Amino acid sequence: MLDVEAQEPPKGKWSTPPFDPRFPSQNQIRNCYQNFLDYHRCLKTRTRRGKSTQPCEYYFRVYHSLCPISWVESWNEQIKNGIFAGKI
Amino acid sequence: MAHATQVGLQDATSPIMEELITFHDHALMIIFLICFLVLYALFLTLTTKLTNTNISDAQEMETVWTILPAIILVLIALPSLRILYMTDEVNDPSLTIKSIGHQWYWTYEYTDYGGLIFNSYMLPPLFLEPGDLRLLDVDNRVVLPIETPIRMMITSQDVLHSWAVPTLGLKTDAIPGRLNQTTFTATRPGVYYGQCSEICGANHSFMPIVLELIPLKIFEMGPVFTL
Repeated sequence: MLDVEAQEPPKGKWSTPPFDPRFPSQNQIRNCYQNFLDYHRCLKTRTRRGKSTQPCEYYFRVYHSLCPISWVESWNEQIKNGIFAGKI
Repeated sequence: MAHATQVGLQDATSPIMEELITFHDHALMIIFLICFLVLYALFLTLTTKLTNTNISDAQEMETVWTILPAIILVLIALPSLRILYMTDEVNDPSLTIKSIGHQWYWTYEYTDYGGLIFNSYMLPPLFLEPGDLRLLDVDNRVVLPIETPIRMMITSQDVLHSWAVPTLGLKTDAIPGRLNQTTFTATRPGVYYGQCSEICGANHSFMPIVLELIPLKIFEMGPVFTL
């Protein structure tokens, strides 16, 4: 997978996902899922083009902060088995 | 926490709760005034010596007792809506914590910075130390910093639960398949209790929530991460 240090936020600064105006309501499930999809799409596109995947880390940090880890693990499992329902 | 025989709200630990307490006092005063007025009118009706039964028209009084209740309702609605919109303000949180309800315990995830995930079970009566609160204390408290806007993401792994901490003015349902967001800022340190607020099975009364709020400097030193 990707470099673990690259995925951690900069040291000494508490960072958390900012307010996203695309998802203003109380139910943030779409925010979590969209960032998960965006992370994998970003990885796929940039690796295909041979570019660095460093900019994709933002999406990783957002979904890692927002999504329950059990959901993330089950989605990753589905991606590994090729049965993930989302379009990546 | 509430003390035995407590009737009123707990002291506020967040600015929103302070507003809610003020609103509650305002609405309750209006209720008392209306009740007293009605009881007085009833008393007068029951004790009057006037017996004229031919009164058929009272347009002025009818107008007054239509307009006045409308004004009273507006006076209740305006502060209520003000607080409602205040709870929805965009407030740029500094920390995100996830709270996942299970039957019958909570799981907390601190994943902004690394990954800390732990379960929080109620202390069984046999495991209580002297001074512990029965049905309220837990094995692992949720440690949080004060004076920091905190975002809580609440969901459930099985059935409906509800994450409630009255002193912060918080109650958010934990719904499977939904990720509810609530934000708060605590103004003073301390240990604050809440209980699951949506019926969820046999041990619904036995999955409390305990927040331990500490100064930000101490929180940043990382006591949470050194288990």
